[in-house]
Amino acid sequence: MSSFIGDWHALAVLFVAGVIPNQIWRMLGLWFGGGIDEGSELLVWVRAVATAILAGVIAQIVVQPPGALASVPDWLRYGAVVAGFAVFMLSRKSIFAGVIAGEIVILAGKYWIG
Amino acid sequence: MTAGHCHDIAALCAASLDRAFRQPYSATVQTHSDTPVALPPLDSPQWQTSFRAFLWGARSVGSTVLTLVLFATYLGIGALAHDSGFSLGWTLASTAFVWAGPAQIIVITTLGSGATIVQSAIAVTVSAVRLFPMVVSVLPMMRTDETKRRHLILVAHLTAVTLWVECFRFLPQVPRNRRIAFIHGLGCGLVCVCLIANTIGYALAANLSQLLGAGILMLTPLAFLFSTARNCRELADVIALVLGLLLFPVAALLNSGVDILVSGIAAGTIAYGVHRARAVA
Repeated sequence: MSSFIGDWHALAVLFVAGVIPNQIWRMLGLWFGGGIDEGSELLVWVRAVATAILAGVIAQIVVQPPGALASVPDWLRYGAVVAGFAVFMLSRKSIFAGVIAGEIVILAGKYWIG
Repeated sequence: MTAGHCHDIAALCAASLDRAFRQPYSATVQTHSDTPVALPPLDSPQWQTSFRAFLWGARSVGSTVLTLVLFATYLGIGALAHDSGFSLGWTLASTAFVWAGPAQIIVITTLGSGATIVQSAIAVTVSAVRLFPMVVSVLPMMRTDETKRRHLILVAHLTAVTLWVECFRFLPQVPRNRRIAFIHGLGCGLVCVCLIANTIGYALAANLSQLLGAGILMLTPLAFLFSTARNCRELADVIALVLGLLLFPVAALLNSGVDILVSGIAAGTIAYGVHRARAVA
């Protein structure tokens, strides 16, 4: 059981670093929802920053890959993203088609390199 | 005109108002509203109990392609957590209690790469702001005169981009007094799918060859990139996405521990600047 939970310290860190900062916005939405102008300039900026942070997270996984992904050469990871994106655009923005195409490139490329 | 009709019209108005206000997401909403939803008619006895409505919600998990995307994403998050050294219990707790893919990935990647708790918390706080307008726009769709705030806590918790999008597709076909139960069912169903995906991804990352392990880890960036790209409609969103991708490697050179925050705020602010400049011109 202890290996399932790991150490309790990590779980406490999860709540402080992940759960509370995330839930705070949902609860604020629940409490103050009525009085906020959704078209306000502040929300436009906030949404742009949130999108860019998400983009940074995506870039981090591809540029500084964790674990097994680090065994794949840089050019192949970038190639998989580019190929997936091309198929995504060509398939009239099908997320599914894009993901499958990117996966085929990375798996075939890695298999081929050995 | 019956009370049911009034509610329905109110819901439709809410949905169309919302589309007008929240343009970046409306592209997704429109695509999905084309597909018919197999739910009983509004006056069916199937809607007589909350429990039935809950079950209909849980069943609806099977009638959306987004479930598949979510499954792939959480398969990737499970694998990512494993390769970053977190336990399975920790991973499942993060899915159940955070319930927002981007925030979970930020916590895993930042803590896994040695950032401090405060740095991770700041990055998560900023990334989670998008949940605020989602909650604000979803709750009016299921409020009735008897609804208390505490009845909506679980709905607020379950609100994330997938549920948010599906509310606009499903809720017009659910009687208003059963909507909270329906969303509880749908949300809990989605959480269960993701917990299963986490477990499978975690186990696969532990046991698979490097080839397939790399493939699973790659699911997360691909699924997030395309779902974010699909939600872009205004120029500001596109610029934020593209600049956010390009500026991260630059910010990473600083090695500040908050690289994502630096590139995110810079790219987002530039995108907002372009939005303002166009509005003025």
